[in-house]
Amino acid sequence: MVLRRLLTLFAAFTLPLAGTFASSTEEHHAPAEAVEGHAATAQEAEAEFNLNEMIMHHIADSHGWHILDWNGHAVSIPLPVILWTSNGLVVFSSAEFHHDIEGHHVVAAGGLQFVNKHEKIYYAGTEDKPIDLSITKNVLALLVGAVVLLLIFFSAARYYAKNTNAAPRGLAGFVEPLILFVRDDIARGAIPEKHLNRFVPYLLTLFFFIWVNNLLGLVPFFPGGANLTGNIAVTFVLAVFTLVITNVNGTKDYWMHIVWMPGVPTLLKPILALIELIGVFTKPFSLMIRLFANITAGHILVLSLVSLIFIFESVWISPGSIILTLFTSTLELLVAALQAYVFTMLTAMSFGAAVEEHHHDDHAHAEGHH
Amino acid sequence: MDLVTPGLGLIVWTTLVFLILVFLLGKFAWKPILNAVNSREEAIDQALKQAESARAEMGKLQASNEQLLKEAREEREAIVKEGRAMRDAMIAEAKDAASSEAAKILESARTQIHQEKMAAVTELKNQVAQLAVDMAEKILRTELAQPEVAKANIDRDIKDLNLN
Repeated sequence: MVLRRLLTLFAAFTLPLAGTFASSTEEHHAPAEAVEGHAATAQEAEAEFNLNEMIMHHIADSHGWHILDWNGHAVSIPLPVILWTSNGLVVFSSAEFHHDIEGHHVVAAGGLQFVNKHEKIYYAGTEDKPIDLSITKNVLALLVGAVVLLLIFFSAARYYAKNTNAAPRGLAGFVEPLILFVRDDIARGAIPEKHLNRFVPYLLTLFFFIWVNNLLGLVPFFPGGANLTGNIAVTFVLAVFTLVITNVNGTKDYWMHIVWMPGVPTLLKPILALIELIGVFTKPFSLMIRLFANITAGHILVLSLVSLIFIFESVWISPGSIILTLFTSTLELLVAALQAYVFTMLTAMSFGAAVEEHHHDDHAHAEGHH
Repeated sequence: MDLVTPGLGLIVWTTLVFLILVFLLGKFAWKPILNAVNSREEAIDQALKQAESARAEMGKLQASNEQLLKEAREEREAIVKEGRAMRDAMIAEAKDAASSEAAKILESARTQIHQEKMAAVTELKNQVAQLAVDMAEKILRTELAQPEVAKANIDRDIKDLNLN
């Protein structure tokens, strides 16, 4: 963890020295100072600017995977840039931008010209963007996470295929309690037994997808460290899946409780319907924001704590910084599991509410759920 | 603002990869793993139930063993009792038989004694009669040598006889 931060910081500090970021120093200075709300010397402002820039750069997506800087040269993995343009599909390597994210370096491909402005690809000289389907850092991290998941669970499944009715050992012994936790403690409590088997596989995939990617995000070096589950696009997709699956599986009962709530005065019914309809969207929306905010906040916190050394420009800060970072990183391990649990739990409850059968002779019960 | 604006590219890739994961893990991981876990749970349940029923069976066997033992003990006691009763009966019977035999022997002995006594009495009577005849012969012989005396005696005797 600390190693990655140091490397990223090393990168963040060496690039401005090389003059790459020099041009934008002034424009970012003022807002940073305004937000922080205190007078700063020129040097502190420089550090603060670097901190913001470095952190934002780290938690955002990028077209190449920057690993470290060596002797002033950035060592990064070039990734394919895939664009759907006015001329159709255009593919080229991100290395062709030569680490330029200020829109200076123009890349000609497929008969068109492109620039990279803060990791967004524009047609050169315009404000128009082609549709960007590039394999970015986060997409690569996503693929790595997928491969890790497949390796772990396929090999666990192989154990079960070989050992019928045997006690789980090795990898199977490690993942089985987790699988049973998702099935028995998350799914079984929320979803009626009749529908349980239908949803458990999806919930398992969801739980391990979030958890494994959260953990990979905490790994300080390549191929970990991408802020995948702290990216709003990823949490958006997961929340949309929850929304769609919930409402596709919604029973007549579920919809009745949304549009025409039984057991309340008729005058209140339209008001409740409005609230419930908004609720259909706010629940997955809160899922999206919660996961995004928690993971991104964790990344920002760890980066900031390591950056203390560079803000104070003193090596004597490092013991305190390292201890705080260690503490926070440990906390983030917990958060990684906790957020996977919370997302899966709330999704399971949403599924459970969609398929639940209410007893209309028992209005107290029906009302108790809303 | 970039931070909270979902990028289209990542949305597309995440959807694609996540759907593939849902499919692949669902088909090749969760299904076999959950099936294996369920089948193991069932096997454990069954084994526990079997152990329970075996224990109940054992208990039942033990109870029936005890019952058997108890019955055997009772039977033994009954046999012993019966034997004792039979022995007593036999002894009593033997006693009865012995005493009746003894009585019979006694009776026959008594009868024999009586018969022998009677025989002896008869013998004695015969001998007395013989003696009387012999004496009477001797007397007669003497008497006949003196006819008047004899005649007197005979007369007296006749008189005596009449008195008998």
